[in-house]
Formats: sequence, structure tokens, C-alpha cells
Amino acid sequence: MDQYVPVLIALILGGVVALVMTFASTMLGVKTHSAVKDEPFECGNPPSGSAWGRFSVKFYLAAILFIVFDVEVVFLYPWAVVFRQLGLFGFIAMLLFVLVLVVGLVYEVKKGGLEST
Amino acid sequence: MQSFIDGLIASGVFGGLPAEAIYPAMMFLFASIVVFGFVLPLVTITIWLERRVWSRIQSRVGPNRVGPQGVLQGLADGVKNILKEDVVPDAADRPLFVFAPYLLVWGFLATFVVIPFSSALVIADLNVGILYIVAIVALSAVGVLMAGWASNNKWSLLGGIRSAAQVVSYEIPAGLALLPVVLLTGTLSTQGIIQAQGWAPWDWFLFHSPFTFIAAFAFYISALAETNRTPFDIPEAESELVAGFATEYSGFRFALFFLAEWGSLYVTGAIMAVLFLGGWQIPTGWTNNTVVLNIAQLTVFFLKAYFWVFLAMWIRATLPRIRVDQMMSLCWKYLVPLGFVNLVGTAVWMVIWPEGNTFVPYLMVVGTLALLVIFFRRVLYHLRRAKPELYFNPAI
Amino acid sequence: MDFVTFFALAIPLVVVAVMVIAHPSPVYSALFLVMTLFLLAVYFLFLNAHMVAALQIIVYAGAIMVLFLFVIMLLNLQSDTLRTQRHGLGRVAIIGGVILLAELGLLLQGSSSELAESSLPENFGTVEALGSQLFTKYLLPFEITGILLLVAVVGAVVLAKR
Repeated sequence: MDQYVPVLIALILGGVVALVMTFASTMLGVKTHSAVKDEPFECGNPPSGSAWGRFSVKFYLAAILFIVFDVEVVFLYPWAVVFRQLGLFGFIAMLLFVLVLVVGLVYEVKKGGLEST
Repeated sequence: MQSFIDGLIASGVFGGLPAEAIYPAMMFLFASIVVFGFVLPLVTITIWLERRVWSRIQSRVGPNRVGPQGVLQGLADGVKNILKEDVVPDAADRPLFVFAPYLLVWGFLATFVVIPFSSALVIADLNVGILYIVAIVALSAVGVLMAGWASNNKWSLLGGIRSAAQVVSYEIPAGLALLPVVLLTGTLSTQGIIQAQGWAPWDWFLFHSPFTFIAAFAFYISALAETNRTPFDIPEAESELVAGFATEYSGFRFALFFLAEWGSLYVTGAIMAVLFLGGWQIPTGWTNNTVVLNIAQLTVFFLKAYFWVFLAMWIRATLPRIRVDQMMSLCWKYLVPLGFVNLVGTAVWMVIWPEGNTFVPYLMVVGTLALLVIFFRRVLYHLRRAKPELYFNPAI
Repeated sequence: MDFVTFFALAIPLVVVAVMVIAHPSPVYSALFLVMTLFLLAVYFLFLNAHMVAALQIIVYAGAIMVLFLFVIMLLNLQSDTLRTQRHGLGRVAIIGGVILLAELGLLLQGSSSELAESSLPENFGTVEALGSQLFTKYLLPFEITGILLLVAVVGAVVLAKR
């Protein structure tokens, strides 16, 4: 646990620096309000309603695929670390695992899961 | 770091102070030196240098007014940003809007923590070092999404979503490209990985085998995408999305985004240097002075890391932006399969040559040098042919 | 892990966890959930489980929460429409919570507090220890996980293409 103390210190320091500077910015900066200035910037056009709306499903697909392959890559890390001790046995075990996932990747590409149209 | 402080305690610098008080105090001192003395100047100077480099590539002059050759341009921009109004749009979700830039700054500072600047200077040498970086980068996607959504602006939201989708997609090839090095060293600690390499190019993992060579560039490309650099700057494509998730931001919050962006560019270079270029390794035996040794290591490491930063500037000034679908297919159809090939290839390589092939690294160093020579000869040939008006003096 | 650090972590953890279910805006709930998972990762660090802490952040706080945020931000769920649908679930949740607490109490009765103080193996919780366990003792579950992930890919593609 001790090795994470410097991480905490660096984070606190970074937070303090960022806070002080943004605080200085709010103190020193001008403050004027007008109805037009405070509306979202959409290239000069009056904003056409709120931006919070529905989106294309392909973004979800990207996120789901990311989760699946992220879990896989994360599993590969412990394997890579102990690879020398495991020898050939570990190599074959991992080859099977990777093979199953590569089948998934090939299926996804063949089915056009990544096409954006 | 721990041993460095132990050495200082043993030499009696602190007198009779208890060790429990010295450790945090020294850590705090070192962390503040890194933040104020390294990160902030580094980022401002990198932004200035990048603008100068683009300008020279595009036959312009670039910022050269503030300070000698314009070095202080970043400082001037920072002061200007502090004096600007900090606008929060009415429609925005105020708490999230205000908080998101901090999250991004934390994200990049947190990755700085595990970078070993020299054999003694590393803030925290975690035993999950590489995995820790992967974790922090994954978290920063949340910050980008937060900024984009909280702005309640269509450009911001689109930019934030695109950026998050891009960061999470390219995390897979980046993670896969790191694995060959982990395979070779059997450790995730950044210091451990550097110690497994040597000072000479043929001892670097870049030239260990063809697979690690490809993995290095696969990682570099993925890292460019994760930091939203050209040619992957789709999330902030000016012609489509104004400034992406940063559109509604102004004042110093806007500057914080840029601090994080250029800071993570250096982090990318540093990770490349750690994993593939032998980090701070220098020839030993020529000095016994620890301080001199560490300064030499620091310089070597900085130059190696900055080489990749410079390369990113060069790429940004040269390449056009790619489309969203090209970005996605590059990731899933090329880089991810390539990552698997690299991984299996490295494993096979290790089964055949457990101690590494003795001949291939030399061959690869020679081959890379030959490629570089051919490249520069061609550039010179075309320069002679085109007879352009050249101004080689960089300081105009 | 001593008493003070435990509560210094536990109190914020419980507060943000309550905020996850108490906050009217789904986006805020998701972001509080990120914080909850992050604090849980810090807990794992205190328990010397470095690898699990890293996994917690990468997989849960990073990957899964990004998906949650995508869904929540982009579906544009209105907080008032959600509120009207809550009826009935509250009572079920209370009953479930009471049962869970009772189970926890029963479990804790049998164990002594000295259990946590027992000595750990030399490299407990490191990546090396986890790797050597995972690829020898728990190899079969590991391979089955691969198949499970394959099913997830297929399912995602099928649903998205429909």
C-alpha cells in the first residue's frame, strides 16, 4: 500500500494546482452575462433544442466490443507475466483462449458489425 | 525513490527526524518538483515547439515574439487564459461541466507518477505499473464523456462520444501491443522493464524481434489515437465539430484540456521509451557519482521520449484527418489482429529462443539504419531536384 | 487495515453508493457508481490485492461504466418518467436488503476477527501470484470465460444488426 502514497500526493497536488488556477481565472476574469452569450455555441445559429437526444446504436456496439476484448486483454496480462514459468503448457492454454476470441472478431468483421452505414 | 531517500537518511541529511515524517515530506517535495518544475514548463514549451515545427514545415514563421524565439508563448497563453472570462452556458449541467477538466488533468498527472525518469527518480514504481497506466487511460474516457455531455451542445456531445468511442476502441490494440514486452520481461513494473534492456540499440526491445518492432509502432499509432492526435483528431475536427468536447469551455478550464492533451503526448513518448527504447539505460562504469549518473540518465530518457513527441508533431503537420469509419476499421480490422499476431509470434519466438536470438537484433538495427539512410537520401534528392528556396536557420 | 483508514474509506464509499440510487438524474447516478467502484478499488489496494484493484478500475470503472454512460447519456432518460415507475420496487428492495443483512450477520457469527490478521503468502495479490494460480488450478474456468466472451460478441453483433 505504501507505494501508492506518492500517487495520492501527486493527485492532491495536481488537483490543488488546477483548482487554484481556475479560481484565479474566475476571480480575475470579466463577468458579464447576456442571453445570447450564455446559450450553446452552434456556429451562430440559434440552438435547435437540447443536445441530449438519442444516438446511433453503433456507438453502443463499439462499447460492448470494447468490454469483451478489454476483459480478454486484461486476462492476457497475468499470463504474459508468468509465461516463462508456465512453458509450453501455458502457451497452448492461451492459444486456445485467443483462438476463441479471434473467431469472435472474425465473425464480427464478416457480419459487418463494424460498418457504420 | 524509496532507496534514494534511504540513502539520504543514512547520510544524515535530516539529522534525527523520524523516518515516517521524512518519507511523505520527500515524496511531496519530489511530486511538487515534478509538477511545477517539469510538467508545467514541459507542456507550455511543447505547445510552443509544436507550433514552431508546424510553421517551419508549412513555410511559415510561427510564434516568435514572446521571449527569445517565442519560448514563453505558452506562459503568455496561460496568463491570457487566466484573465479570460470563465463562461458556463445556461443550458449546461453546471457541476459536471465545472468538474470534467479536473478529471482529465488528474488522469494525465496520474500516469506521470509511474514514469521512471532515471534509475532513482520515479515517484512510484508500482508492481502493476503498465496495467495502472491502462486503467487510468480507461478512466479518462469518463472525463471526456462528462465534458461533452455536460456542455449540452450538439458539437460537444458528438465530440465527447466520438472521443470516448475512440479511446476505448484503441485501448485494445494498445493493450495488445504492450503484451510482447510484458512477455519478454515477466514484469509490469516500469523500472523492471527498463532493467531488462540495455543501453545499446540491439539490447532494446524495439529490435528484439520483428514482432516487437511491429508492436512498438502499433502501440504508437494506438497511443496517437487515444490522445486524439492527428490523423485521429476526429473528436475535435474543426471543420465538423468546432472544437469537439472543448467547444463550450473558456478561460482556464479550456487551458486545462490542453494541459492534459499535451501532457499525455509526452507520457506516450515516455511509455515508448520505457517499453521499447531502453528507458534511461546508459553505458555504466564511467562515473561513480550518483547525481551525475542520474542527470545523464534523465537526459537520455528525456531525449528518447521527446523523439516520439517530435514525431507526433511531424505527423500532425503532414497527414490529413481520417474518417470515423476508417478509424474504426483501422482499429478492429488491422491493429487488433496484428496485435494477436505479435503476441503469438513473440511467444513462439520465446519458445524457440528463450534467451533471445543473438543475431536478429544486430540485423534489425542495421536494417533500420539503412532505411533511415535511404529515406534521407530520397528527401535530399527531391530537395535538389525541386530547388526550393530553403531557410535552414530554424531561428527566424 | 486499521480502524481509522477503514472508516475514512467506508463512510465516503457508503455515501456515494447511496447517491447512486438516491440521485434523480441517471447520468449522475452512473458517475457516482464510477466513484463507488473507484473507492472499492482503493479497498482492494489496502487488502494487498493490487491486480484485482487494477482490474476493478479497468473493467468496471473504465469499460463497463463507459458503456453505461453511453446508454444513459444517449437514451436521454427523463428523470420524471423514471420516478413514476418506481412504485413497488422499494418494498422489494427493503426485504432483499434485510435478508442480505441477516445472511451477512450469520456469516460473520462463525468467523473471528483474527481471520483478517492471519499472515499472507509472500507475493499475495500480485500479478505473478494471480497468473500462476489462474493458469494451473483454474484453467478450465478460464477457458470457459473465453467462450462466454465469444457469446457476448455474437450477441452484441446480432442485436446491433437487427
